[in-house]
Amino acid sequence: MAHGPQSLLSLEGATVRFGGWAALDGVDLDVAEHEIVCVLGPSGSGKSTLLRAVAGLQPLDGGRVLLDGRDQAGVPAHKRGVGLMFQDHQLFPQRDVGGNVAFGARMHGASKGEQTERVRELLDLVGLPGAARRAVASLSGGEQQRVALARALAPRPRLLMLDEPLGQLDRSLRERLVVELRELFGRLGTTVLAVTHDQGEAFALADRVVVMRDGRIAQTGTPLQVWQRPVDEFVARFLGFENVVEGTVVGEAADTPWGKLPVGEGSVQGTRTLLVRPAGVRLVAADAGLRCTVAARTFKGTHVAVRLQPEDAPRLEAACALRDAPEVGDEVGVEFDAAEIVVLGGGQRP
Amino acid sequence: MRLGLIAVPVAFFAVFFAYPVAAIVARGLKADGVWQFGRLRDVLGQSDIQHVLWFTTWQALASTALTLLAALPGAYVFARFDFPGKQLLRAVVTVPFVLPTVVVGTAFLALVGRGGLLDELWGVRLDTTVWAILLAHVFFNYAVVVRTVGGLWSQLDPRQEEAARMLGASRLTAWRTVTLPALGPAVAAAALMVFLFTFTSFGVVQILGGPTFSTLEVEIYRQTSEIFDLSTAAVLTIIQFLAVGAILAVHAWTVRRRESTLRLVDAAVTARRPRGAGQWTLLAGVLVVIVVLLLLPLAVLVQRSLDAPAFGYYRALTSADGGVFLVAPIEAIGNSLQYAVVATLIAVLIGSLAAAALTRRDAGRFVRGFDALLMLPLGVSAVTVGFGFLIALDEPPLDLRSTWILVPLAQALVGVPFVVRTMLPVLRAVDQRLREAAAVLGASPWRVWREVDLPLVRRALLIAAGFAFAVSLGEFGATVFIARPDNPTLPVAVARLLGRAGELNYGQAMALSTVLMVVCAVALLVLERLRTDRTGEF
Repeated sequence: MAHGPQSLLSLEGATVRFGGWAALDGVDLDVAEHEIVCVLGPSGSGKSTLLRAVAGLQPLDGGRVLLDGRDQAGVPAHKRGVGLMFQDHQLFPQRDVGGNVAFGARMHGASKGEQTERVRELLDLVGLPGAARRAVASLSGGEQQRVALARALAPRPRLLMLDEPLGQLDRSLRERLVVELRELFGRLGTTVLAVTHDQGEAFALADRVVVMRDGRIAQTGTPLQVWQRPVDEFVARFLGFENVVEGTVVGEAADTPWGKLPVGEGSVQGTRTLLVRPAGVRLVAADAGLRCTVAARTFKGTHVAVRLQPEDAPRLEAACALRDAPEVGDEVGVEFDAAEIVVLGGGQRP
Repeated sequence: MRLGLIAVPVAFFAVFFAYPVAAIVARGLKADGVWQFGRLRDVLGQSDIQHVLWFTTWQALASTALTLLAALPGAYVFARFDFPGKQLLRAVVTVPFVLPTVVVGTAFLALVGRGGLLDELWGVRLDTTVWAILLAHVFFNYAVVVRTVGGLWSQLDPRQEEAARMLGASRLTAWRTVTLPALGPAVAAAALMVFLFTFTSFGVVQILGGPTFSTLEVEIYRQTSEIFDLSTAAVLTIIQFLAVGAILAVHAWTVRRRESTLRLVDAAVTARRPRGAGQWTLLAGVLVVIVVLLLLPLAVLVQRSLDAPAFGYYRALTSADGGVFLVAPIEAIGNSLQYAVVATLIAVLIGSLAAAALTRRDAGRFVRGFDALLMLPLGVSAVTVGFGFLIALDEPPLDLRSTWILVPLAQALVGVPFVVRTMLPVLRAVDQRLREAAAVLGASPWRVWREVDLPLVRRALLIAAGFAFAVSLGEFGATVFIARPDNPTLPVAVARLLGRAGELNYGQAMALSTVLMVVCAVALLVLERLRTDRTGEF
């Protein structure tokens, strides 16, 4: 973990309790300057509380928040110099778009001229030129999101935090905006801490992904690292993987309910949890490999997800090309691809 | 920060409320420097005092129930329907509330008493029954419910109800399960106000109650100014204090339980034309209630003021020859307006500071206790406040007896609870995350209040100011003690005229009351106008 003088934001054992329940439980996290970090987790995992603690909206029950190495204990929200884009935007209903975007600059004592200039600049940046006089209520969801972003960026915060930035938007808009956001932050050199429950969003946006569970950090890594080597069953299942199973690893094979699975050279031995990516489940003729019945198939655009029911083992998910996909009720055989099988919790033997 | 906000209202209440009340209690219960607490038991043991306590309580409960019954449909109509003359009607509805109690008493006497309108037409008389008092109380407090409940109602998002109906709730069920709980705090606040007003009702009961019916307040007044038994009056004041304190404690508890964040929208988008026979019937029903209950007594009042040829009663107001005052009665109008403006400014300032401090979610026990404390001036006899001012603020360092500020101060004291009650439900309904959004953008707590809360509560603030202004104009119980003879306010002048025998004095009282009514109506109309201009911003 990049813990050093270059960390813009550091959390050290940050803890927040609501009653007896710990929403944040001893969280350590560093965000370097210009880095985009995305906190990923199901609802209730403490992501939003993390942002509120950094913003100074939620007092800590333990630990510290440091910005530029300075402890923020006792520093009120309006003096921390961080930006926060709220989940449902929280645009000020009584102000127009320009009034919303100019708000931060105005609070920091910018002149009328500077404010107008900044509003124009930012509305251009987020792709809403000339919208300054529009009423907030007349904006579509995507436009509101852009205005909220412009408003958060306008005071030039040293750290920009996004709470479910694209949560309420429709899928195609979300996919387009996430690319735009990453490009924009890269261009501006903004340091970003975002939270989301959507892995696609996190992977597309972040330099580094932090997976949270029950107020603790379950895993940290680049999107590729997290995707390729989930640290445990929780992370694997949260990322959408269904084929997670207990097995005993001996040498380069693992004994599982699905039969002997090949695992990579040097895998940790003993009883482990294994993940089989759908792409690693190859369909073959019914008389070869593990015998399964096709229980369901779902068209996913680029491929078909096939749910397979072995005779007496948990269901399996396989990904196959559209033209190869079997029909529901078909009998098929299954073989496994060692490259797509991950031994969780420790991975390679050192 | 919170302590800073609350320091000013606390100091204000300590000096101008707690201190005078303490002074009068001490004067009543202390003999030769020794406290005589045995007096409490003696007074409570008297059967006529027990009778007064019982009557005070049940008539207040009955009045509150009747007022809610009559006014909640009105609150709905004003909140959700758009119809021609709505603004004017809203102001008209508020007029009764600001009329001096003695005038209302007299107007109802003229309507339902001996030789009154109903007596002339059908031989019906209600002045010997409790109905006259109850009706007059509904007349008075109709506006409290319409304004407090309707103000919030008009800003509730109707789509919430629509969402419930899509989930299978009938129109009534949707209202009961979605809107009613959201309105809860406002209804509770309004009911509390009505209960307190009727519990401490003075002028109305004094005139319509006759010898049979007497509230605590009337009894306190009788003991103070007729029997001059100051210690019994002090004991009764303490009893009233305790009763009101108990009610307020219950209220604070219910409000805390029901506090919730509501989705507020612009009032202009929630009102629309009535549709269908049912809604038109409801509108018509509300109009009938307003006409019969509110306008008829006012009409009788105006008719009586015009009973002399060529506006004789009005012309008499411009001369000091009557001998009742040192100045012409007409000058009371100017005095009243000046006092009311100053009192409104004080009440809005003190009330806003208090409401802002009370809105904070992390408000501790001390601050919440202050919430209840703020309401006490409503419950404590106005007579006591006025008399307390006279005996407590007459020596250095607080020798205010000969300054004009004394009257607005007493009136502001009564106005502050209105400001707080009106602003709190709306302030509490402002989404906390809007405030957080502003704070993260660099707004200090003070800027957050100014930039986020104030624009959203401006309507409530104007309504509160209107209330404070109206209350100041109509305040009688305290003012009657401290207004100087050469500077009477309108209600004081009316009461003095009514206290004199003779048709001319009676007619002049009616004329002056009509003037007060018109002044209030005009002031309220201006306020309504102001309100609509501002809603364009939202």
